[in-house]
Amino acid sequence: MNSLTQVSRPPAPSALSNALVFGWRAVLKFKHVPEQLFDLVMTPIMFTLLFTFVFGGALAGSPGNYLQVFLPGILVQTVMFNSVYSGMGLSTDLGKGLFDRFRSLPIWSLSPFAGLMVGDVLRHLIAGGIILTIGLILGYRPEAGVFGVLGAFAMLLTIGFGTGWIFIVLGLLIRTPMTVMTIGFTFMFPLIFASNIMVDPATMPGWLRAFVNVNPVSLMTSAMRGLMAGTATWDQIGVALIAPTGITLVLAPLTIWLYRRH
Amino acid sequence: MNASVSAVQARGLVKRFGDLRAVDGIDLDVPRGMIFAILGPNGAGKTTLMRMLATLLHPDDGAARVMGHDLTTAPDKVRAEIAMTGQFASLDEDLTGRENLVMLAKLWGFRGAAARDRADLLLATFDLADAATKQVKDYSGGMRRRLDIAASLVVTPGVLFLDEPTTGLDPVARKSVWSMIRQLAGSGVTILLTTQYMDEADQLAARIAVIDHGKKIAEGTPRELKVATGSGFLHVAVADPARLDEAAALLEAKLGGSVQRNPEGGTLAIVAKTPHDANAALGALIDAGIELADFSMGSPSLEEVFFALTGKAKP
Repeated sequence: MNSLTQVSRPPAPSALSNALVFGWRAVLKFKHVPEQLFDLVMTPIMFTLLFTFVFGGALAGSPGNYLQVFLPGILVQTVMFNSVYSGMGLSTDLGKGLFDRFRSLPIWSLSPFAGLMVGDVLRHLIAGGIILTIGLILGYRPEAGVFGVLGAFAMLLTIGFGTGWIFIVLGLLIRTPMTVMTIGFTFMFPLIFASNIMVDPATMPGWLRAFVNVNPVSLMTSAMRGLMAGTATWDQIGVALIAPTGITLVLAPLTIWLYRRH
Repeated sequence: MNASVSAVQARGLVKRFGDLRAVDGIDLDVPRGMIFAILGPNGAGKTTLMRMLATLLHPDDGAARVMGHDLTTAPDKVRAEIAMTGQFASLDEDLTGRENLVMLAKLWGFRGAAARDRADLLLATFDLADAATKQVKDYSGGMRRRLDIAASLVVTPGVLFLDEPTTGLDPVARKSVWSMIRQLAGSGVTILLTTQYMDEADQLAARIAVIDHGKKIAEGTPRELKVATGSGFLHVAVADPARLDEAAALLEAKLGGSVQRNPEGGTLAIVAKTPHDANAALGALIDAGIELADFSMGSPSLEEVFFALTGKAKP
């Protein structure tokens, strides 16, 4: 015990170094929670294949035609659903008292959240990469080429970043991870299904179409399609960014306030 | 920093939750290098008090200094001097024991190999080397608590806060945690622990503050607290539980005062001012034909001290 306690303290690490440690923790989680990785890999594969082959013929004449419209949309849907993990993880950490330890350390107080963001980005890139690969195998062609795809993925990460705050706030407010998921999905499902991701709004009743056309999910999906097809306009990108930006501006300060208040 | 400054010095700390005054004006002075126990029943305000001192809660009133740093104006300096092991193991269950410690070592600024070496030394010291690569969710309660304490020693804190360090542990694990706490104190770390166990405070602490309803109701060495309660205590265990009430009535009649009961053990305890009084009371029990499984005369246990201070049965 004496040799243990006679340790000289290392110099205090930087905020960036703190954040990277939490990022490393997020990566370790992939290793230790393979169920999560399975979920992360299988769900997008399943959704892409099912929707393309089951609905493709009916909705767009052929699976191939449908995929061309659907693929950018399933990317948006997957990233939004995957944002739940951060909130659930946060809720678990708070419930277990782990955040008490972090908060009693002399570290940059927001670094645990930066770590959650690192985990999110990795999840979005993995899921997005898988979906794009399947799409390419099935015949999807992003007409805008590599730069279009890179632009679309930048948009995708922005969407994930914005959605992530919603679940982080839920994670800070709710002590049971499953409830975070249930409440989050209750809001998320109508937003995602009542959008232009799967079905052309032209076939919907007028009242629903009115909602679908202003639904931020539709706006983001249209921008994704535009970016990957090379037809995106600045207006399209601008309106797609309203929701992620707005959410971040409102929920990031709320997150900090909730965290400090705990 | 002046070595004579108390490790923890609190004046009039208050924390309210709505109408409840969870901590209601507590003063505390914990000298450096001491094991100091905060003793009280569930809901007395022990954890709230400790969370304030560990910068996790803002006091509503009062002030405190930890290792000479003000809690509210210099929380970061306080955090650099403390470590806290909460009531529930504050570890990442998905990671291995080693990964948990490496993560914390990195957060304190150890890099690469130094962080891994530090983690390995901690694991070895706390007898966890064999479980280093197991996920924490597969640890037993005792292993978890040891890892949790190890996690508080990544750098040596000036003050170590231990919130109910042995709650929920089996007797063997409990003894091993006690021995670690003693060794730590031996190497110069100030330890402030909360407990609802009388024997734990008695075994470990040099000083005890007894807390109830958010207020400090007594403070002193274990011995002082026992002396303050009264001189001799007569303990008797009645062989036939059905005659417990009868025995209690007899003792009260002979000795005055009131009997403290522990019905599960069939034992009764009461203040006896002199050995002569105790002798007379035992005689009365024998004359009534009440068979005793055990009897003893001694100083009060801390449980009895607590009863005497609060007028309540054991916490």
